Amino acid sequence: MPDATGLELIAQELRDADADAVLDTVYFRDHATLLVAPAAVPATLQRLKAKGYGFLASVHGVDYFPEEPRLGVHYELLDMHEVDRISVRTRVPLDAPNVPSVTPEWPTADHQEREIYDMFGVIFDGHPDLRRILMPEDYEGHPQRRDFPIGGEPVLFTHNERTTPEWWE
Amino acid sequence: MEVTRHQLGSGANAEFRARQLRARDMLRGGLDGPELQQHVEQSVLTTTLEKAGRWAVGNANFPLSFGLACCAIEWMSHIGPRIDVARFGFEAARATPRQADTIFLSGRISIKMAPVIRRIYEQMLEPRYVIAMGACSSSMGVFNNYALVPGDKFVPVDVHVPGCPPRPESLVHGILKLRAAILAHPDEGWRSRYGGRGTEEVVADLERDDPDAIRTINVSGGA
Amino acid sequence: MSDIEARDRRLTPDIPYREMEESIELSHIAHPESDELLTINFGPHHPATHGVLRLITTLEAEVVRDIKPVIGYVHTGIEKTAEDKAYWKVIPVVERMDYLAYYFNAMAFCGAVETILDLEVPPRAQYLRVIHMELNRIMSHLVWLGTTALDLGAISMFWYCFRDREQILDLFEMSSGQRMHTRYFQVGGVFEDIPGGWETKVRAFTKVMPDRVDQFLALLMKNEIVLQRLRNVAALDEETLLAHGVTGPLLRAAGNPWDLRKAAPYSSYDHFDFKIPVGTAGDNWDRMIVRIMEIKECVRIIDQALDGLPDGPYITPDRKYALPPRHELATSMEALIHHFKLVTEGFRVPPGEVYYPIESPRGELGCFVRADGSSKPARVHMRDPSFVNLQGFRPMVRDLYIADFIATLGMLDPVLGGIDR
Repeated sequence: MPDATGLELIAQELRDADADAVLDTVYFRDHATLLVAPAAVPATLQRLKAKGYGFLASVHGVDYFPEEPRLGVHYELLDMHEVDRISVRTRVPLDAPNVPSVTPEWPTADHQEREIYDMFGVIFDGHPDLRRILMPEDYEGHPQRRDFPIGGEPVLFTHNERTTPEWWE
Repeated sequence: MEVTRHQLGSGANAEFRARQLRARDMLRGGLDGPELQQHVEQSVLTTTLEKAGRWAVGNANFPLSFGLACCAIEWMSHIGPRIDVARFGFEAARATPRQADTIFLSGRISIKMAPVIRRIYEQMLEPRYVIAMGACSSSMGVFNNYALVPGDKFVPVDVHVPGCPPRPESLVHGILKLRAAILAHPDEGWRSRYGGRGTEEVVADLERDDPDAIRTINVSGGA
Repeated sequence: MSDIEARDRRLTPDIPYREMEESIELSHIAHPESDELLTINFGPHHPATHGVLRLITTLEAEVVRDIKPVIGYVHTGIEKTAEDKAYWKVIPVVERMDYLAYYFNAMAFCGAVETILDLEVPPRAQYLRVIHMELNRIMSHLVWLGTTALDLGAISMFWYCFRDREQILDLFEMSSGQRMHTRYFQVGGVFEDIPGGWETKVRAFTKVMPDRVDQFLALLMKNEIVLQRLRNVAALDEETLLAHGVTGPLLRAAGNPWDLRKAAPYSSYDHFDFKIPVGTAGDNWDRMIVRIMEIKECVRIIDQALDGLPDGPYITPDRKYALPPRHELATSMEALIHHFKLVTEGFRVPPGEVYYPIESPRGELGCFVRADGSSKPARVHMRDPSFVNLQGFRPMVRDLYIADFIATLGMLDPVLGGIDR
C-alpha cells in the first residue's frame, strides 16, 4: 500500500500534470484513495498505469444520496509487482451523469461500466456498447439508486391475509 | 407328540379371514353399495389403462435438466451417488422440454427469466408437472425485491419443496409426494386440482404471427 | 422513459436497438463475402449445466466466429437487498451470490466490515476460517470437475466428484448445521466453535483426498481423448488476460503465479506452507490440471491448519459486535443489553469505505462496503471474478469448433450467481 506520504506524493505528481484533476486524497485503514474530477479519469488511470498500477481490479458505482454530487464511480487499481492498491474515485451529479469511459484502454471495464449504467444511470462517453446488462432491456429506472424502491411482494401475515390482494386481483 | 396352535403373523390372517368371509357374502349378494366398491377395489386389480398409465408416468418421470441457481447444485447432488434419485425413475434428465415431464424450478426466478420459463413450460407436452424447489421459486425466498417473481405467478406449481437450498432428502420427499399425486389423481387439469374455477389464464397466441399476441383462456366454473 | 427511448442517440445514431445485440464483427475474417454466417442463440436454458448464461453466437459452419454474452437471467438484486438489512443479516444474503463459494462471499464481506471497524479476529477464528474456506475451494473444484467432465463426455467423473463432495458437505453440516450457505462466518470470527470429533473426520477426509485426486488424474491426464480435446485449445496469452481483468486459475494456467493468498495474505494464510500450481501454455488442459492440483494444495493447507489450530475464542470478545455466550445472559446485565441491541438493531459501523479482496476458487473476489454510520450498509458491491472473467471468454473462443467452445466454457468455470448477483 502506498502509505500516507506516498499518497500525497502521487497526488502532487498528478496535480503537476493537470492542475484541477485531483480534488482530494483520503487515507483510510491503510488504503489510499484519490478523488478526481470526472473528466480527468482516463488520464489519471493512464498516469497511474505508467507508475506501475497496471491492473484494473474493479469498477463499481455508489449512490451517495443525499449528499451531492450523488453518483460515484470507483476504480480499484492494483500493482502486481509491488502488491499495491490504490483507488480512484469520482462523483457526478444526477443532471450531468457523464464520465468518460476507460474501456478503450482497459478492456476489463466493459461489462462493469455497463453494470454501473444499468444500476445507477451513469453514462460513460465513449463506451462501445452502452446498454443494460442485468435488467431486461426495456426496464425503466435504475434500481440501485438509493431512492428507487426495493420492490417485492407484500409479506402475508395472519392479520392481513384477507386484506392483501391476491395476484389475480 | 404335542400339538400346539400358534397365531401366525400379526393378525393379518384375521384380516384375510374377514375378507374371505366378505367375499362369500358378496357372492351370496350380501354386500352392497360402498362396501361392495371397496371390496372390489381391494380384491380385484382394476387394470384400466388409465391407472396403468398413471403408474408408468409416476415411475418414469423425466425431469427437464434445468438449473437456475444454488438449488441446482443440490438438484445435481440428489442425482449424485448418495441420494440416488434414479431408483425412483427420475434420472433420465431430458435437455429438451419436448421430451420432459417435470420441470424443477431450482433457484431464484428473475424477471428476465420468467418469460423464458413460461415458454419452456408451454413447449412441454401433457401430462406435465412443475416442482418449485426451494424457497426462492415458491415465494421469493430470502430476497423480497424488485428483481424476482415467485413461480406461482406464471406456471401452475404442483409441489413446493421448502428449504434454502432443500436437502436432497427433502427434495426426494417432494418427488414422492408428486408421484403419489400422479398415482392418485389423473391429470384432469390443474384448475380442478387447485380449485381454480373462475380464473382466466393469459397465454401466448401461437396461431398469429405477431410474437406479442396473447389470448385468454377463461374458465368459469368446472375444469 | 424506458432505456430504449432514453438511450443516448449521439452514441449510436442509426443502429436499431435490437441490432445492437447482434454479433456481427467481421473485421478479423479474411474473406467475408464468401462466408455464410449464422447467428444462433445458446439460450439461457441449455444442458451444459453452467447456469442461465445466454450466448449469441455467430457461426460459420461449425466454427465460432464471435460471441456476445447476455446475462441477467438470475439477477436477484442482492446488493440492493443488502442495503436494507443490518450487517448481521447481510451475511446470509451475500453468501448466495457465488453459490459454490459461499464461505468466500461471507469472508469478503466480513473482512470488509472488520476492516472498517478495525476489529481484531482471534487466531483460532482465523484458522477455522481458513479450514472452511479451503474445504469450500475443494468442493467448488469438485463440482467444476464433475460438470465439466460431463460436458466433455466423461460422465463417470460426475459421480466420483459428487461422492467426494458429499463428504465435504457432511463436514460442513457437522460444523454449522447446514450443507450449503451456512452463515458460519460472522463479523469478528465464526459463529460457533467446531464440535468434538470434527477434527477427526476432517483428517480422515484429508487422508483420502490426495489418492482420490490421483485417481482423477489417472482417469483424465493421459486419456487420449481428453488430451486431444483440451491440449492447445483456446490458449490465451497473459497480457490479454490481464487486460481483460481475468484472475484466478485462468491466469495461473497462463503462467502468472498471482494468488492473493500468497501475494497479500489475509486471515493467517502466511502461516501455512503451500505451493501455487502454475501452467505454461494457458490452454484448456493447463486450466484443468491447475485446478486439480490446487485441490492437493488445499488438502495440505487444511492439514497444517488443523495441526496448528490455536486455542482461544472463536469470535472477537468485543461484545459490541459479537453476541455474548448464552451463559452470560443469566448473570450479566451488560451482556443482556448487548445481546438485545445486536439482535434487534445490529451494531453500528462508523462511516468509511473499504474494498477487501480475497482469493476465491475463480479469482479475485473483492467486497466493497460503504458504511454511513447506521446499522445498515450504504452500499455493498462484490467484484465477482466470474463476471470479469466472462469478458476474457470472447478472445478465447475465436475460431474454435463448437465442441471446443463448450469445453472452453466449462474450463472458464462461470457461476451465474456471481455474474448476475
